[in-house]
Amino acid sequence: MDREDDEQSSLAWFGKGMCGIFSLPAFILMLSFVGFCSLTAQAGIPVQQVVFMTGMVWALPAKVILVSSMMSGAGLAAAFLAVSLSSVRLMPMVAALVPELRTSRTPTWLLLFLSHFVAITAWVFAMENVPKVPRERRVVFFAGFGITLVAANMILVAVVYHFVADFPPIAAGCLFFLTPVYFLASIWHSARHPVVYVALLFGLVGGPLFYWLLPEFDILLAGLVGGTLAWFVERLWRHRKEVGA
Amino acid sequence: MTWQDGWWAYAFIAIAGWLATDIWRWLGVVAGNKLREDSEALNWVRAVATALVAAVIAKLILYPTGVLEQSPLWLRVGSVALGAAVFFLFGRKPAVGIATAIAALALGLWWLGF
Repeated sequence: MDREDDEQSSLAWFGKGMCGIFSLPAFILMLSFVGFCSLTAQAGIPVQQVVFMTGMVWALPAKVILVSSMMSGAGLAAAFLAVSLSSVRLMPMVAALVPELRTSRTPTWLLLFLSHFVAITAWVFAMENVPKVPRERRVVFFAGFGITLVAANMILVAVVYHFVADFPPIAAGCLFFLTPVYFLASIWHSARHPVVYVALLFGLVGGPLFYWLLPEFDILLAGLVGGTLAWFVERLWRHRKEVGA
Repeated sequence: MTWQDGWWAYAFIAIAGWLATDIWRWLGVVAGNKLREDSEALNWVRAVATALVAAVIAKLILYPTGVLEQSPLWLRVGSVALGAAVFFLFGRKPAVGIATAIAALALGLWWLGF
């Protein structure tokens, strides 16, 4: 393949990534951002800061925690700690995605840059769609999707912020509910490894269980303990099947 | 100083928001770069990542904020259960399951007078 062809094809895959904005997950995320707008508008945070936050933090749960820290007048250190704890989950998510994205020649600085665009929606979308892309085009494809999704939501926030003040309660409730329901359906649908089904069930039970036991670290513990148990159980089944066969 | 004062608000968001999240993404790149695609270690990382996201999902359903805070638990769990049942019965299409769950919630909220 000569260089010109190569560049053209890269551009085409970037474009295909951009088209991911017209997908169910992107649509649902945008609806969730409409919900986030109404939260920040009610909290009295200026729209410029909300747009800045959308681009810089990106992960929606982290932003919700940041906003609630700002509202309660928490200090910088306390807010940093709360947001950090909620974002530890980004580490295994990125770590699971990187081996799918890179080739042996992908520079690390590029992966560091692109990791900023990982949040739950982009992760679920990438884990589902990246395997269908030729390996040497995956980074470009993800860049097209991730950058477009962040930019589109920054514009959305800037525009919608002024209109969300009085939403009917049923619409607001349904907007909020879309996010968890979509995550559930999409993770189950896109799972390509049996361990994902087991981990999903263990996490669903572990979340409330650890919230009841140790509310400060619930998500972390549910992930570590639930995930490790799920991995162990699935491995046991796999080995038993191999022995039985 | 509070978050309303001009530049301080942006510095606050940059440190407590951006830095606090991107640190973990960068660590994820460093860790992920060392994982082989077919390794047992990656399988474990995958399980932990999925369980973490699942815990976030469960909390959003069981302990929501905003309007849903006042809605009964049975309605939220029932809507998800109905959505899941339809998802598994009719070809496992995500859009079908999602639409069912949301429609059930909307009907329930309307019926309860929200």
